[in-house]
Amino acid sequence: MTPRMTRIALGIAAPVLALVAAFLITSLVLLIAGDPVGEVWSTILSVPATRNIANIINSATVLYISGLAVAVGFRMNLFNIGVDGQYRIAAFAAAFVAGEAWLPGYLNTLLAVVAAILVGAAWAGIAGVLRARRGVSEVISTIMLNAISTYLVAYLLRQAAVQEQGSNIIATREIPEGSRIPGFSLSDQAGTTVYGFVFIAILLGIGYWVMLNRTRFGFDLRATGRSEPAAIASGIDTKRMIIYTMLISGGIAGLVGLPILFGAAYSYGSTFQSGLGFAGIAIALLGRNHPIGIALGALLFAFLDEQSNPLQILVDVAPDIVKITQGIIVLTVVIAYEVVRRYGLRIEQRQVAQALERPAGEKSEVSA
Amino acid sequence: MSALASAKDRLAAVRPKGRISPWWILIGLAAALFLLSVLQLVTGADDLASSGTIRATLIATVPIALAGLGGLWSERSGVVNIGLEGMMILGTFGAGFFGYHYGPWVGVLGAIAMGAIGGLIHAVATVLFGVDHIISGVAINIIALGATQYLAALAFSGLPGGGQTQSPTLRDVNSITIGPLSDALGDIEGSGIFFVSELAAGLRALVTELSLLVLLALLLFVLTYFVLWRTAFGLRLRSCGESPAAAETLGVNVYRYKFIAVLVSGGLAGLGGGFLALVASSNYRDGQTGGRGYIGLAAMIFGNWRPGGLLAGSGLFGYTETLGLRRGGESVHALLLLIAALLVIVAIWQWRRLRHVSAGVSAVIALGAAALYYSTDAVPGDFTRMAPYVTTLLVLAFASQRLRMPAADGQIYRRGTAG
Repeated sequence: MTPRMTRIALGIAAPVLALVAAFLITSLVLLIAGDPVGEVWSTILSVPATRNIANIINSATVLYISGLAVAVGFRMNLFNIGVDGQYRIAAFAAAFVAGEAWLPGYLNTLLAVVAAILVGAAWAGIAGVLRARRGVSEVISTIMLNAISTYLVAYLLRQAAVQEQGSNIIATREIPEGSRIPGFSLSDQAGTTVYGFVFIAILLGIGYWVMLNRTRFGFDLRATGRSEPAAIASGIDTKRMIIYTMLISGGIAGLVGLPILFGAAYSYGSTFQSGLGFAGIAIALLGRNHPIGIALGALLFAFLDEQSNPLQILVDVAPDIVKITQGIIVLTVVIAYEVVRRYGLRIEQRQVAQALERPAGEKSEVSA
Repeated sequence: MSALASAKDRLAAVRPKGRISPWWILIGLAAALFLLSVLQLVTGADDLASSGTIRATLIATVPIALAGLGGLWSERSGVVNIGLEGMMILGTFGAGFFGYHYGPWVGVLGAIAMGAIGGLIHAVATVLFGVDHIISGVAINIIALGATQYLAALAFSGLPGGGQTQSPTLRDVNSITIGPLSDALGDIEGSGIFFVSELAAGLRALVTELSLLVLLALLLFVLTYFVLWRTAFGLRLRSCGESPAAAETLGVNVYRYKFIAVLVSGGLAGLGGGFLALVASSNYRDGQTGGRGYIGLAAMIFGNWRPGGLLAGSGLFGYTETLGLRRGGESVHALLLLIAALLVIVAIWQWRRLRHVSAGVSAVIALGAAALYYSTDAVPGDFTRMAPYVTTLLVLAFASQRLRMPAADGQIYRRGTAG
């Protein structure tokens, strides 16, 4: 095998190894609990119907954006745990702006999207400024900001909301039809509509890649992530980089709730989906911060979520079992990459030692 | 020689910082109670320091304090533990399952054991496999949530009063009431004499229906202080958090100490979760922890990685949480006045130390708080519940330079790299 092939093989080996391990551990949990292992897996791994495929693509879109938001921070060793709070407060802001409909049609949509980006960025920016100027760990500050945003949104919702008649669910004013983002159907059946936002998500992924790999800013960002002292030595203002990175991460996080808002819910209510930020952390780790890897990770998580739904009805097992699988995947992926990295290092060392031995024709001292 | 001397100087300069002796805690408590009595007198918000409030504060403080104590053990050995929340969740289930089947005290043990399992996962991932501590913690939070929901559906469905998201009612652990003393103190509390009445309320909360688990938690604090700071074991454990390489060259088995610390950490967080299920409410419920693991972590940082400070921080969080539940609008509204007064003092102090900008900021916030106090009648409930988190953020923003975490906290250490 050429070194290049070895590297590719090892790169594929790690996620496969992680998935197999997660599969085995989950099976073990099911076995111990006395649930039917075979039936659970045959339900989850069955071929999804068209309606389910649409659902999988839709939730993967949302998870993908969340994963990108976390990944930007990861590339600079910043841990944005606050995506959860950022997307909720931003989605509320967007829903409010779009619901008020100050501008007509898609101008209204554009304004709402910009509002979401700005609010998300500002909320994350608090953590960025605290880290850069006061040395506060962004992990702790974003956790606090998550909780604060929960109560702040609850308060603002009560101020801005309109009560639906005959129910105690409160929500913002519904977005007018002309400002919604249309989807497209996978087939003639009902319930197979895919969010139009999926294209925006793809563009976002491309933009993420270009920004990181083809711009000066992206180079500075990755350099700071690799080695802060080296970055400082080469003249990068790392404090400013911290703030910018948090702003970008928060800005992307602001978009997380929008596919749901403009494609399905049309308003922000007390039942708006939460917890998407934490899934984003897992997905960014799974995809190794690479835009395509994150996409695959998002699809996998969406697949597991969607396919586990009928478990309760079909085989009487709580669908929460896939959350265990998802959590274990996060751990096994990281461990698998580390194990594979150490193994690859050893192969490389052996190859170098062989290459050194051959031409000289005498025993080399280095034979690790 | 001079290097040694300067190191000694530095040690001497560092030592007293951030230390809170037990006496200072008592004096601090008395001072806090005094301030609250003054506030009650001035504002007429009479639920600020009633015995009911103080008892509820104790109940609210203990889970946060136990989670924070778990964080303390783990971080003193150099392992950051974001997974406290997950370990607490596991603890609530352990208390629910074992408490229902075998009685409350086995429930307590079950909570500790379940939390320790979470700690074991964290220890294996971070210490053996060198996984980033925060990644492992996030994963444990995901796994623990999924596992408890899955197990709860399995264990509690079909039981009387139980279901997918909650366990049947659990029996409480024993509590102590010293009847005559409680009644006598109740009389004094009712007399309404300034400060004496509040002092009696505080003491009354301690002798009326005091759960044994509260006592156990306080005992664990004393024990932790003694073990970590007064024994050779504790010194070795803390040395792993300060400089694992140096510890290893001195023959300390770093992996073993980190393992023990993280296991204890999980057990304590689990006990905190168990307290929520057994004492603070009467059954296991889905989502019962409500982020208290994170708050515990914040309280520990607030307390500068010391047990005394941690306890004070937890008390602050417990108190604000309690006020959020009991006529919170009125009480927190009254606290605004206190905040304004304290900030004025801070502003004057900073002005005298020639920190004019921060003095100005403090003065502006003080003015804002006072304006808010005189222009409104009550603080909305959402802001009351937000208070602990905002407090933590402010403390971190203004005091983070004074905090000193263990030097090797969060770093991955591999055996044999000491050279």
